[in-house]
Amino acid sequence: MAGAGGGGCPAGGNDFQWCFSQVKGAIDEDVAEADIISTVEFNYSGDLLATGDKGGRVVIFQREQENKSRPHSRGEYNVYSTFQSHEPEFDYLKSLEIEEKINKIRWLPQQNAAHFLLSTNDKTIKLWKISERDKRAEGYNLKDEDGRLRDPFRITALRVPILKPMDLMVEASPRRIFANAHTYHINSISVNSDHETYLSADDLRINLWHLEITDRSFNIVDIKPANMEELTEVITAAEFHPHQCNVFVYSSSKGTIRLCDMRSSALCDRHSKFFEEPEDPSSRSFFSEIISSISDVKFSHSGRYMMTRDYLSVKVWDLNMESRPVETHQVHEYLRSKLCSLYENDCIFDKFECCWNGSDSAIMTGSYNNFFRMFDRDTRRDVTLEASRESSKPRASLKPRKTQEKAASAGGPVWFRPRRGARQALLLTWRCS
Amino acid sequence: MFARGLKRKCVGHEEDVEGALAGLKTVSSYSLQRQSLLDMSLVKLQLCHMLVEPNLCRSVLIANTVRQIQEEMTQDGTWRAVAPQAAERAPLDRLVSTEILCRAAWEQEGAHPASGLGDSHTQGPVSDLCPVTSAQAPRHPQSGAWEMDGPRENRGSFHKSLDQIFETLETKNPSCMEELFSDVDSPYYDLDTVLTGMMGGARPGPCEGLDGLAPATPGPSSSCKSDLGELDHVVEILVET
Repeated sequence: MAGAGGGGCPAGGNDFQWCFSQVKGAIDEDVAEADIISTVEFNYSGDLLATGDKGGRVVIFQREQENKSRPHSRGEYNVYSTFQSHEPEFDYLKSLEIEEKINKIRWLPQQNAAHFLLSTNDKTIKLWKISERDKRAEGYNLKDEDGRLRDPFRITALRVPILKPMDLMVEASPRRIFANAHTYHINSISVNSDHETYLSADDLRINLWHLEITDRSFNIVDIKPANMEELTEVITAAEFHPHQCNVFVYSSSKGTIRLCDMRSSALCDRHSKFFEEPEDPSSRSFFSEIISSISDVKFSHSGRYMMTRDYLSVKVWDLNMESRPVETHQVHEYLRSKLCSLYENDCIFDKFECCWNGSDSAIMTGSYNNFFRMFDRDTRRDVTLEASRESSKPRASLKPRKTQEKAASAGGPVWFRPRRGARQALLLTWRCS
Repeated sequence: MFARGLKRKCVGHEEDVEGALAGLKTVSSYSLQRQSLLDMSLVKLQLCHMLVEPNLCRSVLIANTVRQIQEEMTQDGTWRAVAPQAAERAPLDRLVSTEILCRAAWEQEGAHPASGLGDSHTQGPVSDLCPVTSAQAPRHPQSGAWEMDGPRENRGSFHKSLDQIFETLETKNPSCMEELFSDVDSPYYDLDTVLTGMMGGARPGPCEGLDGLAPATPGPSSSCKSDLGELDHVVEILVET
């Protein structure tokens, strides 16, 4: 498994200082394709971190209880559970493989001792229950210690089985399988604030599910044109509002966000609000649409704002203002002049995620070459950090990096060119506790 | 178009004919590089990973880019559509088959709306939610087969134009392309400068779809030399004035 884990904590005043807490995964450069992490997500309390990979596996890390004798040590994360969530499948009708790669993981709010999460690949969503077992019953009447059935006629006395402690065993079991509701590839799942329903979005449709019901889902958005040849726009991400269980948003490949209210109609094809920034005609190019395509949308914890990530920037929107974002932060503006090359090597289609911190005071997103960018909304300062395991020792502070275009020399400009397969900090999740 | 504006300004100064020629070279260079972008986009559309379904978002974005280029080239009058019957049969067949493979990802459910979704939409009260039962889920197998069997009958406007694009692409043989590019001594990365900095100034008018694509008359020589031919022609006019 390849990946890196980091932790941030405020240190002195309101400045964020970042350092590596732990690095999980393979050290060497050659990583198997199946081990590449495709999604990460902290749970609500921050005690558990789930990762999904291209091989369909989910690995959950748990934060160790902080030792009272070392109150300043940051809790370390260790492997808690590993299970195979999805297997590759073959669609016989289309003669196409369905990848087992985990596209998204979302935790459910914890309601009892067990933990629940939703994991999805391109076509099927599964609800997994992760529970602990640390006791074992011994002294059964009808069977031996090794499990063989005892002859009932030989039992002369009855005893009450007693519970004995055992080594902690963490079991993951699939509780629900939500299948066959998506023709296109699922890109998002989002648990509703009512804790009973969730949505799943593919390229053209969004479905609403009840967590208890697997054989039926309701279609709430359908942007498939009657004639597929007229298709010019797809859904790229969707999320439920954190507090209003009737509100959700979805973003598109044309850089628009639509907010829908499920109370207004059964099929939310007509949006309640439409967010789009007017295009700057002076910077229009053949790549304008591609770089405006939104790769991620996230509500703030307060529910007042939402953040969108397109290829070159992150934008913060006030839900009360549809005409333009209230903040725009450039992530890697130096790439704007290289768009054609990025188009050629397909990097322009990379989908970056973004996230809010717990207090909504800062936002973070990734970039190329293991850089990630953090924007402090209060101080209006931003910092670029490199999440590279070679350059950082555990617990050493990450030094801010400057990105610069190398000056043109006599022979011609040499510039920083993200290559396919180069390390990309695509995935982010911020522990909110 | 930005480059055209440059041309007109230079024409006013007679001592600046060199500037005019440089401007023309920029025009020609832009056209070549735009053509290169178009070719690249078509290759991307054709190269689908056929074991796994291609990414629909990526395909849509590339197709929209192709459409933009097409529209601009139509406005410039540089778009030449070779009449279908003039195209060689063999390469057309080859291209059509890869086109179908890419189209298949879009069109698997194209003809028939998925069960339950198309019929019972209402804008009424919440109780009218339309369920998608997974019992009905196995999609119409016939539509998939139908798409594969009858490609030519089902060509919409988009695919007609895609075919025209493919034919144009096919008529330019590789050696021809190299000759064109040998004049362009700027390194490859200039493609970025040219294409990201400028785009056809006039926004395309209300999109009539690709039905409105009027085939331009073919150039006097074979199309792969036509760009240079046009350049000479324009230079002649300028020099005369």
